[in-house]
Amino acid sequence: MSKSHNFRDIAVISVASHQTKILSQVNEVQLMADLISRSRNSAGLKQEEIGFTCSGSSDFLAGQAFSFVHTLDAVGAVPPISESHVEMDGAFALYEAWVKLQIGEVDTALVYSYGKPSAGSVIDVLATQLDPYYVSPLWPDCFSLAGLQARSLLDKGSISLERMSEVAMRSQKNAFDNPNGVRSSEDISLDDLMSEPAIADPLRKSDLSEIADGGCAVILAADNKADSLCDRPAWIKGIDHRIDSHTLGARDLTRSPSASLAAEKAGRNSDRLDIAEIHGITSAQELILEKEFALEDETKINPSGGALASDTVMASGLIRIAEVASRIISGQVDRGLAHATSGPCLQQNLVCIMEGK
Amino acid sequence: MTESHPSPSPLSKKVEIPESIREVEPVRSIRSPVKLVYDFVPSPPVQEYLRSYSKKRILGHRSPIDGAVFVPPRGVDPRHGVLIDEVVELPDRGHVGNFCVTHLPIPGRDDLDTPYVSAWIHLDGANVGFLGLVAGCDNDEVHIGMRVQAVWKKEEELGNTAENILFWKPTGEPSIPPDEAGNRAWDHDK
Repeated sequence: MSKSHNFRDIAVISVASHQTKILSQVNEVQLMADLISRSRNSAGLKQEEIGFTCSGSSDFLAGQAFSFVHTLDAVGAVPPISESHVEMDGAFALYEAWVKLQIGEVDTALVYSYGKPSAGSVIDVLATQLDPYYVSPLWPDCFSLAGLQARSLLDKGSISLERMSEVAMRSQKNAFDNPNGVRSSEDISLDDLMSEPAIADPLRKSDLSEIADGGCAVILAADNKADSLCDRPAWIKGIDHRIDSHTLGARDLTRSPSASLAAEKAGRNSDRLDIAEIHGITSAQELILEKEFALEDETKINPSGGALASDTVMASGLIRIAEVASRIISGQVDRGLAHATSGPCLQQNLVCIMEGK
Repeated sequence: MTESHPSPSPLSKKVEIPESIREVEPVRSIRSPVKLVYDFVPSPPVQEYLRSYSKKRILGHRSPIDGAVFVPPRGVDPRHGVLIDEVVELPDRGHVGNFCVTHLPIPGRDDLDTPYVSAWIHLDGANVGFLGLVAGCDNDEVHIGMRVQAVWKKEEELGNTAENILFWKPTGEPSIPPDEAGNRAWDHDK
């Protein structure tokens, strides 16, 4: 980003997340009460010391109107707080909080998001986000659309079935050490994966993200405030989001120009990347993103296992940011890229570059 | 669609319709029905509450911060965003915190004559209201602070639902002064 804008330095200083196949012992409010208080406690902040609170969730997913208002019970909104909500992945709520911090009125923000897809059919819920005249009435599920995308890539010769399975294998092995990894394996082989039957041809089960319930809470702080609350803040060096056409037929599904542009605007090329947490709901989408972000061998991709290992609609993107930030905060890595997507076939993309000082 | 629909608003420019479809009835609207099915499983505190409610017992949650009691229990103190696990049992008696006389029928509730009175019932020992109907007296006798008690459904009709209390009827006890009635959770620790 241009220096002439006098951007404030803003950092992720604390994160908490949880993902599991089916959340049965607690509801969304109880889950988030726990995660929000953990993130606040590790930053040493009380809710009344937080300048802005922003969340991301979906009423269609929850099956309940204004469901995010219920979840405010988990925040502790008394005395009254400054609050906002996006019907998008929490990564986009983080962007709103980042803008709010840039305005300079507040120095700290709480961002959280959550999803409980186990309560319904998430692939049908996602069909309702499509063009309501020509596409949505056909009820194409998100994995079938991603299957068409993967087929286009194969036809074009830019990926192979083997490369897809390699990505699936990377996810399962990396997720093995991740307590939030729902689908993981220490010793799965390429042969195991390539012998699975196709579900949304050419995509096999392991090529599709593993749907999971869960949530994530993140604390942001600006300038000296971040330094005073955290030994090694994960400074946001650049954040940008871009969008491609809603009309699937008008796009080249083998590419994601909005992802590439967001990465460029966020300053992807200014230095090396130690890690990248990229958000694709299929192995083929991860391959598109690797190319759009020009990721090289020096960058470890999805050390958490990524969304393929556990995909919580509305939170998977924010969790990517949390995964990169927590590794910077702990000193494991110096610089990383986090990516979040929304919409069908990588339509909307957000890129956040973070760095330890 | 053959039903009448309002005409679309006039366009700024005249549209030339291709000859091939000039005799065809214009499409003025489409229908694309959406049906989504959910399998909602109440959280453990809600399950415990509903099971007890089916046995005419009303459970609440006591805040670990200041002891305020919330009913029905939700597992959190919404003022502070902290988890609650202390369960308290509340009596099926209390007072009217505030109320509303409604003249419009509720769709599907043909058994409910209008006008009816809905009210926040403040159970003895609770710090927030509990939504219910007030009956058993003339509507214009209902007032803030009026003491009431639950009229439950018949034993065989009780179940794990929010519908086990038919309505709340006056007990005839002296009323609570209006400035002491109603929601007390928000100034509980003052």
